[in-house]
Amino acid sequence: MYSSISDGLMVAAVLGYMLAMIGYAVEYAFGRQGVVARIAARKPRAAKVLVAAGSGDEVTVPGDDSDDEPHRPIDAGRAAAIGRVALAVQTVAAAAHVACLVFRALAAHRVPWGNMYEYVLTACLIATIAWLVVAYRRPSVRHLGLFVSLVVAVLLCVDAAKLYATAGPLVPALNSYWLVIHVSAMTVASGIFLVGFVTVALYLIQERREAWLAEDRPLRFPLTLGDRLPASETLERLGFRIHALGFPIWTFGIMCGAIWAEHAWGRYWGWDPKETWSFIAWVVYAAYLHARATPSVRGRWSSWIAVLGWAVMLVNLFGVNLVVSGLHSYAGVG
Amino acid sequence: MSSDGSERPEDGAVLAEDRNGSAPVLEEAGREDENALSSRPDAGAARRVAGNGVVATARRWWRQLTSMRTALLLLFLLAVAAAPGSLLPQRNLNADKVDTYFAQHPTLAPAMDKIGLFDVYSSPWFAAIYLLLFVSLIGCLTPRIRVHLRALRRTPPDAPRSLRRLRVHTEYASDGSAGTAADAAYKALRARRFRAVRRRHDDGTVTVSAEKGFLRETGNLLFHFSLVALLVGVAVGSGYGWHGGRLILPGRDNAFCDTLQQYDEYSLGSRVSGGDLPPFCVTLDKFNATYQANGEPLTYSGDVTYSPDGGAGGRRYKLEVNHPLRVDGASVYLVGNGYAPVLKYTDRYGQSQTVTAPFLPSDSNFTSDGVAIFPDANVDPRTGKRNVDLQVAFQGLFFPTVAKQGGQGSTYPGLRDPAVLLFAYRGNTGTDAGIPHSVYSLDQSQIENKQLKQVGKNPKLLRPDTKCTAQSCWKLDDGTTVQFVGVTRWATIQVRHDPGERIVLIAGIALLLGLMGSLTIRRRRVWFRFTPDGSGTAVSAGGLARTEYAGFSTEFDRIVTAARGPARSDADRPPDGRDGADPGPSRGKD
Repeated sequence: MYSSISDGLMVAAVLGYMLAMIGYAVEYAFGRQGVVARIAARKPRAAKVLVAAGSGDEVTVPGDDSDDEPHRPIDAGRAAAIGRVALAVQTVAAAAHVACLVFRALAAHRVPWGNMYEYVLTACLIATIAWLVVAYRRPSVRHLGLFVSLVVAVLLCVDAAKLYATAGPLVPALNSYWLVIHVSAMTVASGIFLVGFVTVALYLIQERREAWLAEDRPLRFPLTLGDRLPASETLERLGFRIHALGFPIWTFGIMCGAIWAEHAWGRYWGWDPKETWSFIAWVVYAAYLHARATPSVRGRWSSWIAVLGWAVMLVNLFGVNLVVSGLHSYAGVG
Repeated sequence: MSSDGSERPEDGAVLAEDRNGSAPVLEEAGREDENALSSRPDAGAARRVAGNGVVATARRWWRQLTSMRTALLLLFLLAVAAAPGSLLPQRNLNADKVDTYFAQHPTLAPAMDKIGLFDVYSSPWFAAIYLLLFVSLIGCLTPRIRVHLRALRRTPPDAPRSLRRLRVHTEYASDGSAGTAADAAYKALRARRFRAVRRRHDDGTVTVSAEKGFLRETGNLLFHFSLVALLVGVAVGSGYGWHGGRLILPGRDNAFCDTLQQYDEYSLGSRVSGGDLPPFCVTLDKFNATYQANGEPLTYSGDVTYSPDGGAGGRRYKLEVNHPLRVDGASVYLVGNGYAPVLKYTDRYGQSQTVTAPFLPSDSNFTSDGVAIFPDANVDPRTGKRNVDLQVAFQGLFFPTVAKQGGQGSTYPGLRDPAVLLFAYRGNTGTDAGIPHSVYSLDQSQIENKQLKQVGKNPKLLRPDTKCTAQSCWKLDDGTTVQFVGVTRWATIQVRHDPGERIVLIAGIALLLGLMGSLTIRRRRVWFRFTPDGSGTAVSAGGLARTEYAGFSTEFDRIVTAARGPARSDADRPPDGRDGADPGPSRGKD
């Protein structure tokens, strides 16, 4: 009963995210600084606006100050309205997502992260919420919701298609209050790292685009995405701040996992594949934070390290759960 | 943050020193380390150490090792080196899988073993990486302790000549004298827990310098040295810790006492001997398991009786997966369970023997395999002579819920329709040879050299019964019978003592606190300069965040508002109109 409500809400949430994605795409293309507007305004001017904004002290984004643009597209206002609608739809979808997890919890009488299906579900919700917070506080980056909703929608579709497991009670090893603490910390950190990954990936695009613009080289996809992105400097700082938020949470999650492992398996650390890959992710993200503090590698290099960190996270989530067998085999798949 | 010597009367000596120091402050501002998890010397600095002598070379190497680039490289090496351990079977996790790998890759495996690929985390090259990393870390951070301690003792430097050059600055006019205005600014800064200092200059100007956020570097150092402490904890654990595991059957006769002989496998730290084990005993009274309808396990628990210090009497405890038993400084964990069929063999002399043979589960529905060996079967009661060639053994599969067709496997982990499928063997089982061999399978070499022969062609499926019936008994060709009497449950327990655990835990907490400090606290400086101007005072203020800090200008505005006093806090909309002409903070004096 609850379980089927949860499944229905899951579908609703995915559809909502897809709808929001379309809305964001419209705003992305036709909004105030959309591709259409960019082409109308010519490239060099766009570059200047972005660079000027990037030199500000605060993390600001060029946005609503484009009144003096020579060829203001007619439908820019409407595109912005569609973007607002997309944000509203995404918010509603997130609410459905929350409800989906609540019903899942009611169906199983436990926290909704007992298997991999639920874990991905929760991580995606965290990522969406993190994004919604950013989008409401900084309307000028709203159109970037395209990327977040895209990643979340794809992950949820994979989740529903490949990882679905019926709601049920926990296996004995998971039956501990540490499940609430450890897994929620890991999920929250994963969600934050996901947003961080999107940010640094966009930074890498924008950084390359700015370099090519400076050399007057013609731009091709994916560099053309940069037309609608904040300045690279802004993205880089934002990426750092997101990772700096996620890293202590990830550390905390690993530590809680170690304490739980001591209770359940009799040792706080045993190089179980999941433990190993969490450790690798920790080391890579630590390297990112250190690289960013080093002027000679800050920027492009450090951001690639963050991308690598996310790759490790994906290996940890999919590779370790589905391919390697270990003590963390709770995926409930196959 | 501790209060500092801000009340120190400022004099010429300090002034001169600080004047000299004021210019570098701005230069310093240009080169900010943005997150200061660590700001190490660049690798380039290493090359700049001049000279060819041994000392110079050593210093060069040292600079190179402690440089950030080397540290990053080592971090990457550590990440890469940790990966194969999760992809290849590891001895510390599952030695059987390593043996399987050897069997599958007979040529490659020994070579891989030689470079430690099956013991990655205790291999010398893995140790080399993390030890180098820690040396690099200590080498980089130890000097920073000194620098930080000096910074903690130092009073904030005097205001730079032109505060307007700072990115965050403002100017305003004050009615009061320079001294009173400075007091207000000083109080505002102290209220915000800045370290602040007032300086009176010869030309009548007064400056207030303030600095905050030293906990950032404190946290940074705490984080890195906690890592060292954590490693020490791990080392203590491997030196003074020990652990062992064994399978335990229910019943007083099968009680387990904490001595090395009683373990199936054990591992002692390098500084522990068998005599150091605390002498407690544990008896498994009953093992309970419940399952969902779909076969997923719900609960596992073992009712145990234990006696600390090997004493008499017993205390009861419910041992569960997340609920270890702590006794005598050691912890007892429930790590596994399975079924043990009870088989009764009646030999040709009519003598019966009963064996409870733990079978090892091979799938999640507890299809289990194992052997029951009767080495003392067919001993002639008149002569008492053993005939090793008439030993009997049964190799078999146990199904807690046998599949309808029989013999295909178990369909449910609980005991719904238990059955055992037995293959009978007669002959020399090889158990008398004294060669260690798995107790869960027959000695294949004995079968190969025809010393141990299978009885009959087909196995027999038996269902449990306390009476000998057609279902539960199997009459072999020589008239002897084997009866499947019943089934009991066993548990595997792990006993562990790790004195390093507490160190690791404390280090972990300190690590997290330090990390949060180093990532969230920002070091920043604020200066005020009060210049007498007619009856009032012209005030210039500036701030500098030494690390990336988006909210700094907001904080600065609040400080300035507070420094100007309540009457001027909202100068644009004065509550009583008395100070309506006062320029707001956004309007510069000139």
